[in-house]
Order: sequence, then structure tokens, then C-alpha cells
Amino acid sequence: MSKSGIAIITENLRSLPRNFRDSIVRHDRPESDRSRSQAVFSNLFLHIHATRTHIRSLRPSATFGLGIASISLFIILLVTGVLLMVYYKPSIGLAYESMKDIHFVVPSGRLVRNVHRWSAHLMVIAVILHMCRVFYTASYKPPREFNWVIGMGLFIITLALSFTGYLLPWDQLAYWAITIGANIAASPRELTDAVGITQSFDPGGLSKELLLGASEVGQDALTRFYLLHVMVLPLAMGALVGVHFWRIRKDGGIGRPDINQTAAGKGVDDARSLRNLPSSPELSPTKSYGLMCVVDGKTPATDLDPVDTVPSWPYLMRAEVVIFMACVLVSIVLGMLMDAPLKELANPSVPENPAKAPWYFLGLQEMVSYSAFMGGLIIPAIVVLGLGLIPYIDREPNPPGVYFSSRGGKRVAVRSAVFGIVAAVLAVAVPVNFGWLRNWFPDISQIWIIIFNPGSLLTAAYAGWSIRTLQTTQSTRLSAIALFTCFVAGFLITTYVGMNLRGPNWDFYWSSAQWPTH
Amino acid sequence: MSGRLDGDPIPRRDFLGLAGVWTTTIALLGSLLGMIRLPKPSVLPEASRRFRLGKPEDFPPGTSKVISGQNVLVISSGSGIAAMSLVCTHLGCIVAKTEGGFSCPCHGSFFDQDGQIKAGPAPRGLRWLEVTRAVDGRLVVNAGREVDPGTYYSA
Repeated sequence: MSKSGIAIITENLRSLPRNFRDSIVRHDRPESDRSRSQAVFSNLFLHIHATRTHIRSLRPSATFGLGIASISLFIILLVTGVLLMVYYKPSIGLAYESMKDIHFVVPSGRLVRNVHRWSAHLMVIAVILHMCRVFYTASYKPPREFNWVIGMGLFIITLALSFTGYLLPWDQLAYWAITIGANIAASPRELTDAVGITQSFDPGGLSKELLLGASEVGQDALTRFYLLHVMVLPLAMGALVGVHFWRIRKDGGIGRPDINQTAAGKGVDDARSLRNLPSSPELSPTKSYGLMCVVDGKTPATDLDPVDTVPSWPYLMRAEVVIFMACVLVSIVLGMLMDAPLKELANPSVPENPAKAPWYFLGLQEMVSYSAFMGGLIIPAIVVLGLGLIPYIDREPNPPGVYFSSRGGKRVAVRSAVFGIVAAVLAVAVPVNFGWLRNWFPDISQIWIIIFNPGSLLTAAYAGWSIRTLQTTQSTRLSAIALFTCFVAGFLITTYVGMNLRGPNWDFYWSSAQWPTH
Repeated sequence: MSGRLDGDPIPRRDFLGLAGVWTTTIALLGSLLGMIRLPKPSVLPEASRRFRLGKPEDFPPGTSKVISGQNVLVISSGSGIAAMSLVCTHLGCIVAKTEGGFSCPCHGSFFDQDGQIKAGPAPRGLRWLEVTRAVDGRLVVNAGREVDPGTYYSA
């Protein structure tokens, strides 16, 4: 006899929690390797991981966790950013007041703002270091060329997010940084003015107008920067991050030397015993490994035993959580120790003196102090283009995952670092001590200064050094190491000079104690 | 029916497919053009750049005065009255009067008394602005219109 309708409903209600859970997750409790693997590949959020991870990718020195640190900091920024949006008012009459409210009145507003600021700085550091790690381990080699290009896009978006966020407090720091930035966008006028065609062809004026929506920093600029900061750029970032992660999976995970070599070589066994890992997977999932674990190479390498891999759950995820929590911890500690700056209300008549950009733009500011057009647009464009083209120009088959590729690579890196530092110090020291073309010939055409200034000569010296390395070694990889190392050295030196050695009127001072008082 | 005998140069199905693809592409490109036009304002949302100074007698020859809020310096000499913008021609900071001229706090450009560039990254001298006189006799500066350096207005 069939059950009554009421009985069926009662029974269904009784088993509702279980059925509800089963409708969400379709695997057993994640207690065995098998069910954990199933959890990883049947969950939208977990399936960006492979079900198994190569043991080499888990070594701290393989990545230093910098990619995970970058995305962790981005997540912290998203959360704190949304919280700040609860009180922030993007209007020139209210923005500064709402910042003060957040800082002094809103419960935990001060900490949230500080954490937002510190994790933004940390993210820039993490992204730059991540780029260095990928470069020096030759992880941009095929098949990962395009993911390097995506990474360049992420780097630019990271800087753009920092820059747009800079305006929002609407204090003196914000106003003058964005005035300078917008005028860098307008700096092609340096060239068009010198040639005398600004009236008919004015790309500089157009880009400034698009950025500010006006000819000066005002409400329209604030609206646009707010829109970019909270909507356009984070969405672009999310989309590119998705592509970046997807391609890491499709390109076979973290770059490492050939699988068979590693399996044959020692070192892996040492790592295995060090980490106290089982010598082989205890319980294999019933599905074939070939399809879901071994995705290296262009064809499924089903004959390879996944002997050098461990389940992503828990080994990879534990590492990720540790890095995420470390990022949270560092951001919060810094946020509790040091307040984000909030200067006086923006005053269009009195610039800060010195008006300094955030630290990661100070190298750029040093370049800009020679020529706005060359230092603010042309050199950055050359650097970005050069970086993006690296994987297509250097196509030597170096094994990925080996720092500096070889002993020779390390030697080139050290020499290039020395050359890069010396050249950058000279580029700063010569104009500080002897002035530059404008001091010597006050009536000289700006065109000569655009072409010949310490920044452009430094860039040319780096290019020359790289070409010299290419000619002596006949290796594009070593030449790329030379160029990249030079630019990192130049970035560090000019950033240091901008942070510590520049004072009022951008004059050179050995210490801020020597700054004139007034 | 002669077309049939020649054979279709392109199968009808392919033609319709391509037509669909290109119609979609052109429609989307057209919309994109319309959309990227939007962020460029056709009118700049700004107050007039013209402002009144006061009577010529307020500026005795041999003096100069900064007009607060306008970032303009009014110079009065024997040959008349002139206005000079204090906005640095490098990256838009406001220059300050220092010994022998004007210094920019942001990147160290230095201009002489007449706004001529002497040192630093600025590509050109400070802008001189048009000075005229309103019907009531007061001086008017048009910060939106540049004149040659050394142009003095005399009534």
C-alpha cells in the first residue's frame, strides 16, 4: 500500500538537510584523497586548482608564494574597499569630510582605511616581486608567453588602481598628485608645442580632458576617478585574474624543469621526506588520473605516474591559506601601527612642497623631473612594451623554474645590477651637480631636452648594455636578464632618490634634516 | 534560371551566415563608436576664466601682487599693467616667488622675473595673460587667453 501524502512530506522534511547538502556538494565528506579530489574538481571556486599539485610547486623557493600573496591582498582590498564605500562620498564638497568621518568617527573605520592603504602598498610590492620571480625563473617561456602578457596587464591595472585611489581623499596629497598625473597625460604638448601643431593636433590635451572631464582637477575628475577605482578597474582586474589563473592551469601549473628529469633526479625525494609526505598516493580516485591530474604538455600524458604530485587538498590549499593569513596579519599590524596620511583639504593655490607621488611612482617622478613627455610617457611606454615582448624575443629553450637559468645567467645578473646601479646614480648625480641643457643654454628648443635628458640617456645605456651582452654571449636569455636587471636596478635607485634625497623644490638633500625651514 | 546554370559563386547558406556575422560586427562597432564618444565633454564644466582686478590706480607702477585664488600675478610697471600665470608650464603646480624669480615646488623648474624659463624641466616660460578694461573702468584679466610675454596694458 502506498504511503499517505502527509507521510511522504514528513519524510522529505526529515531528510531535507541531508538532501539539501547533497544537492550542493556531490561527493562524500572530504576525508579521503578521493573525495577531496572530487571536491576540488566539482566546486567552482576550488576547481581553479588542479586536483593534484606537483611537489616542486609547493617548495617555498619555487614561487615564494608571491602570486597568492598578490591575489590575497587584492581580496583584502576588495573587502576593505567595499566597507569604505559605505561612508565615502565622492563629491568635492563632502569627500574630505567623509574621510575624516571614516578616520575619526566610524567604528573601526580608521583601521579599515589603514588596512586598505597598507594592503595596496603591499600588493604593489607583491606584484613587482612576482614579476621578478617569473622573469628570473624563465617562466615566460612557451607555452606561458601570453600569460606573461596578461601579467603585464595586471601590473598596469594594479598601478592604475593605486593612482585612481590616490585622488579620493581630496586632500592636498591627492589634489596635487592627480594634477601632476593629468599633466603628464597632457605632456605630448611638449612636443606638439615645440613643433607648433598643438592647435590642430593635440593628443595630450585630449587625454587630459578624457581623464579629468575638465581642464582642471575638479568634481568631474573625482567622479571619473571614483568610477574607475571602484568599478571599471576592479572588474577588469577580476576578468584578467580569471584568465591568468585559467592559463596557469592550461599551461601545466607553475613552471618547472621537465617532469621526467625531476623524477629521475634527487631532491624530490628529500623534499618528500622533509615534508613527511606519503611516498605514493594512498587512495587513488576511481576516475583515471590521466584526465584530471596530468595536464602537462599539449597531450594528456597518461603514461606518467603522478608520483611527484600530492593532492591539492590539503597541501596546496594549506599553503594558500597560510599566505593569505600572513597577508591579513601584516596588513592589520601595519594598519594598527601606522595611519594612512590625510593632509589638509585640497587647495588649488598652494601645492605641497615637495609634492611627492607614492613611492612606486617616485622613479617615474625623477624621470619626469627631466622631461615630462620623455620621462612620463615615452620611457614608461618603452618599458611596458619591452617587458611585454620579452617572451617573443627571447625564445631560447631554457628550463622553466630555474633561477637565472644557469651559472652564466647569475653572473650576468650580478654584473648588470652593478652596471644598472652605477648608471642610475650617474644619471641622478650629473644633473644635480652640473645642471642640464636648460641651465647651459636657456633658449634651447625643448625638442633637444626631450631627446637628450638623463632619463632617456639612462634608458639608452641600459639598451646598449643589453645589446653588448647579446653580442658577447649570443644568448637572448642572457641579454634579457641583463636588460631586466638593469631596469630593476634603475627603478630601485631612482625610487630611493625620490623617497629620501629629494626635498623642497625637488632639490637634492642628503637628508631631510637639511631641508630649509620657513 | 541562368544563375542556376552558372552555379552559385557562394552557397546561399554561407552568404546568409557571413551577412549575419558582418551585420552583427558593424552594429557592435557602431555602438562602440557611439559609446567611446561619450566621455569627451562637448562643453567644459567650468566657470569663466575672466575675472576683474580693480581700478588701475590700485596697482601703482613698480609693484606686483598675487591675486589669491586665481594663481595670477599682476605686474605694474611704467609701461602699463600685465598679468602672468603662476601655473608651472611643466606639470601644473603653482610656482612661488623666490630670490630672482619663481620656483616650482614640484620638480624644481626656475623662472626669472619675467617668467622666462632658466632651469629645470619646464618646456617654456610662464604664460602672460590678456589684460583689458571693462566699461566701468576696472581691469579685467582673461586667464584663458595668452599673450606674448612682455605685453603691458596701458589705458
